[in-house]
Amino acid sequence: MIDLSINTKLATQILSNFIHSEITRVGFSRAVLGLSGGLDSALSCFLAARAMGSENVLAVRMPYRNSSQDSLDDAQRVIDASGVNSLTIPITEMVDPLIERFPDMDNMRKGNIMARARMVVLFDQSAAFNGLVVGTGNKTEILLGYTTIYGDSACAINPLGDLYKTQVRQLSRDLGVPQAVITKPPSADLWSGQTDEGELGFTYEEVDRLLLLLVDERYTPQECVEAGFSQAFVDEVVRKVQRNHFKRVMPPICKLNNRTIGYDFLYPRDWGT
Amino acid sequence: MKCKLALAQINTVLGNVPANLAKHLELIDQALAQEADLLVFPELSMTGYLLQDMVPQVAMRPNAKDPVFSKLLQASQKIDLVVGFVQEDERNRFYIASGYLSGGEVVHVHQKIYLPTYGLFDEGRFFAWGDSVRAFDTRFGRFGMLVCEDFWHASVPYLLWQDGADVLIFSSASPGRGLSNEPLVDSARWVDHINRAYASMFTTFVAHTNRVGHEDGLHFWGGAMVYDPNGDVLARAPQCEETVLFCEIDLNQLHRTRTRLPLLRDERTALVQRELSRILMQDRRPSGR
Repeated sequence: MIDLSINTKLATQILSNFIHSEITRVGFSRAVLGLSGGLDSALSCFLAARAMGSENVLAVRMPYRNSSQDSLDDAQRVIDASGVNSLTIPITEMVDPLIERFPDMDNMRKGNIMARARMVVLFDQSAAFNGLVVGTGNKTEILLGYTTIYGDSACAINPLGDLYKTQVRQLSRDLGVPQAVITKPPSADLWSGQTDEGELGFTYEEVDRLLLLLVDERYTPQECVEAGFSQAFVDEVVRKVQRNHFKRVMPPICKLNNRTIGYDFLYPRDWGT
Repeated sequence: MKCKLALAQINTVLGNVPANLAKHLELIDQALAQEADLLVFPELSMTGYLLQDMVPQVAMRPNAKDPVFSKLLQASQKIDLVVGFVQEDERNRFYIASGYLSGGEVVHVHQKIYLPTYGLFDEGRFFAWGDSVRAFDTRFGRFGMLVCEDFWHASVPYLLWQDGADVLIFSSASPGRGLSNEPLVDSARWVDHINRAYASMFTTFVAHTNRVGHEDGLHFWGGAMVYDPNGDVLARAPQCEETVLFCEIDLNQLHRTRTRLPLLRDERTALVQRELSRILMQDRRPSGR
């Protein structure tokens, strides 16, 4: 049986400690995050509030002109329920001049520009609020590469990065994330009617079960097929995980000298703290 | 005879020896106030765990000439100590080491034998492999000390048992992994199982001290435990929280348990040696390191 269920009490304790430790050890006491109205950022917000105190968390809503009102409303529900500080900074005036220069620009390019504009806003607010940016990406989207590099993937720490979407849902239910946010279909909200699962072509529940075998349980693709997944589905997911690996690593430095960053100049991020 | 243990389930500052020394001295005062006989710190308690290229900078030599170690030796006049540190030997090899200090002297240093270099671990890249297992005499009887991965291999506690150790002191910086719907991560459950098994099968005391805190994305789960020779848990610290676990052990329990269950008396060591020699030599099996 493929079981993705987690002990939410233990997960909450570890993740709260992680957020608190990683923020305070470098001299900060506050957190900043982008709140889309979706589930991942809602959970990050609740965890950050638990770790740092809601008065030390700033949630920023950054709608584009065609973002749905539902998303804004759901984000407000999360702000109200978690008690964090909030700001609304529309990105339309930032991104439209660039988008308008290229009339044939496709949705992917537009979406990436919006994601990167939000990153610019968040990191600016992190300086203004004197806090660190808490990421909202989960393990499923990181593995599938369903994320914009230097956009929504940019952050100082990423508490959800080892939780599959299915597990994000389970933990959100236990932490009191508003029901409307938990039950609605996941969406990047880049255009009307867009959903993650529609765009990916499979559900998170299906792909999480497969990823658990492939990644955590170290099954070969063939063993996944024998476990009941279709060959086409397994092939597609394996291909996505491999092709998007570049988003998960630092850009390679070409080694020239005796000691090179990333190869033999090795220090942890928490060096000296 | 009784011995009051204090297991220091602490966080450390990564690569900052003076800060960690200050914390050790503070906790020594705390343990003295509680009249503890032996205070045990976790693996690499003087340095933190994920050291990588910091290893040569934080290394020390366990003697009174070392300005940091001399402070610990001085403190050991009042209370026995087990401390975790990076040891640089005479020929500049670096070891993950555990030192037993008592009466101002270094009683024993154990150099970690098994350096996990797989999965999330990369110890073999930065450290030299320890190459001996020895029990040693203390004022409370004969002890054995192991560090983390050492006791994931059944042979090492077995050797200490046969070398006379009646109290096994285990120290760890064990990163938690394997979140499921169980109340403990897989690694914590596993360590609990094997330590209880050693106490039961070897009819010895087992005291395990693991650190807490985070380094990068790793979390250390704590969960210090003391098991008696019956395999029963005498004391248990919470998960993931800094604390000092105090536990008095009654060494006469060894007499009672081993009278009831003479596993040590009946152990066929000559048979083990004979069969192991045959397995390793005659069948030409690879013998590893």
